[in-house]
Amino acid sequence: MAEISLHNVSMSYGDHVALDDVTMTVPDGSFVVLLGPTGAGKTTTLRLISGLDKPDSGQIMIDGQDAARQTPAQRNMAMVFQQYSLYPHLSVRQNLAFPLKSPMLRTPEDEIERKVSEVAEILQISHKLDNKATELSGGEMQRVSIGRALVRSPQLYLMDEPLSSLDAKLRSDLRIELKRIQASLGATVLYVTHDQVEAMTMATHVGVLDHGKLVQFGSPREIYEDPVSIYAASRLGSPKINILPAEIFPGAPDKATSIGLRPEHIRFGEGVKVDVMRVEHLGDQTRIHLNIAGSRLITLTDAHTSLSKGDSIAISPQDPLYFDANGIRI
Amino acid sequence: MAQIIIKNLRKDFGDFTAVQASSFIIEHGEFFMLLGPSGCGKTTTLRMIAGLELPTSGEIYIDGEEVSQKRASERDIAFVFQMFALYPHMNVQQNISYPLKCQKMPRAKIKARVAEVAKILGIEGLLKKPVGGLSGGDRQRVALGRAIVRNPKAFLMDEPLGALDAEFREHMSEELRALHDSMDATTVYVTHDQLEAMQMGDKIVVMNHGTVEQFGVPQQIYDWPATLFVADFIGSPSMNLLRFNGSISEGDSTVSLGEQDFAIPTQLEAASGDLVFGVRPEHVSFNENSAYRGTVTATEYLGTTQIITISTPSGVLKARVPAAQLVTVDEELGLDFDSSTITLFNESTGTALLSEANKGVLDHG
Repeated sequence: MAEISLHNVSMSYGDHVALDDVTMTVPDGSFVVLLGPTGAGKTTTLRLISGLDKPDSGQIMIDGQDAARQTPAQRNMAMVFQQYSLYPHLSVRQNLAFPLKSPMLRTPEDEIERKVSEVAEILQISHKLDNKATELSGGEMQRVSIGRALVRSPQLYLMDEPLSSLDAKLRSDLRIELKRIQASLGATVLYVTHDQVEAMTMATHVGVLDHGKLVQFGSPREIYEDPVSIYAASRLGSPKINILPAEIFPGAPDKATSIGLRPEHIRFGEGVKVDVMRVEHLGDQTRIHLNIAGSRLITLTDAHTSLSKGDSIAISPQDPLYFDANGIRI
Repeated sequence: MAQIIIKNLRKDFGDFTAVQASSFIIEHGEFFMLLGPSGCGKTTTLRMIAGLELPTSGEIYIDGEEVSQKRASERDIAFVFQMFALYPHMNVQQNISYPLKCQKMPRAKIKARVAEVAKILGIEGLLKKPVGGLSGGDRQRVALGRAIVRNPKAFLMDEPLGALDAEFREHMSEELRALHDSMDATTVYVTHDQLEAMQMGDKIVVMNHGTVEQFGVPQQIYDWPATLFVADFIGSPSMNLLRFNGSISEGDSTVSLGEQDFAIPTQLEAASGDLVFGVRPEHVSFNENSAYRGTVTATEYLGTTQIITISTPSGVLKARVPAAQLVTVDEELGLDFDSSTITLFNESTGTALLSEANKGVLDHG
């Protein structure tokens, strides 16, 4: 495995700036998740690192060496896509073995056999090795496509929303599985998603992209608790952080124009009067929609709260985040 | 608006029974969810209420009138599909007015009614636009507009938000619920998304393989599932179901898992053999003194809470604990459960055993 670093990398497609002066290091053995909405530059970053595209400017280093002259094959990276395309006429075993049969690798047969059964074991698809790829469920197909990346020992795994086409239950199983595999192999993974739960639960580092700029890079906890801007704060957390005019609550610093309050950072009892607009019992907790001086606010409370629509309560902020007129954290 | 009563409703397609014997009541003004996995019969049930399918047997009452064999057009309901089709050659106004034109309503009245609906939906500015260039959300609003413009007795919706992405879906579900509230409407809504059902619904019917598994208020279904299926289907992560072999007598208030006794709500039903101990992830805690032990296999950070996956003698278990609590992979932990929340199930019948705690929810039949 390897350390990958980007130095002042920029990339445009015509007039559209896809990546704007990005500098970032993917440490050896880390699980880095790039997070951002469509068009933020996530997939462009993957394509540049894999060598499918060349940056307009800047440098990409693989283990300290400039990768500019290396072809995608020489960079030795494995990619997993959202749309798993398996070879439909081949069995699971043949699909898994396929990358090892590349003429560049010249892997001996017994080595192929060993690798395939090892990976099948890790992914818990050993019993399906002789099935045709088309006889698998969606989750099994995605596991095979991940397995096809795992049989090689690449420098880096690049994953582009590999779980987004699966149903919720399978997604949560595979999240744990992927993380476990990455940790046990000591693999370096660069993973692209717009699913904040995947970012929070799997990443060792999260890179937040906004219109091609890397606005924050750090552990999920750092970005959740200590975001640099309203944009970064809004990337993690569900329900989203509440952003309100700063003057609603007393005690805002001078330059603050907005206050950011995570739904769980709202204390009941004293402070500003608010009206309960709607109560949603989600089972493990209750989501409450409040109206505070004309603004909407969502907060979470106990599953068996007695609050109901039309009640009036008083609230005060706990651990508020303040932002200036440009949305930058104060 | 209307009260809808479903009585012993059944639908066969050849040899296949899509709906077996459904009975439930949708009260006037309710936002009512038909929830279940694909193939459970929820859409067939909705289509029978609409009159798009005729039931094989059973009755449907809308406002006291038996309509099960009546045509859709005679039932005065509006249907919103997942793949809502707008008339592409008409503008927004024409799309929304179309159902009224079909009813031969006078033109001035149509205009006033469409304006009113557009205002409710916040699309006044779009009335003259062709539907081709609209965003997904606006198309959805137009489709809703076409449904509400007739002032029907009930709205039937088949996964209307299914095609939208997560963030937008959240937004539209709030909008839809607010719309329902402002119109004092009766809405029947089909979904396979348990969170959507919990969030939007006043009541839920959980269906599986054509049968009603449970019917009630979302929080009660979550707290006191009637069957193993419901326990597993509702909640994310779902209820932990720890398999054990044992026997329970009436009046018991403890049960042993492995070496450890756990307090449980007083049982009102005896059972023995393969049983299941059901506990929600947020009711699991760690206690060094417990003899019931497990090994941490994964931790998932979620901001304020984290999900801990633990391998135990009775299977994999998930706990939801504060994010600040330090837990590491491979660590061995003693486990404890919030005794007042436990449900026991009979594995062979798949149903919950009656206890002092759940009888209020399950006893009504």
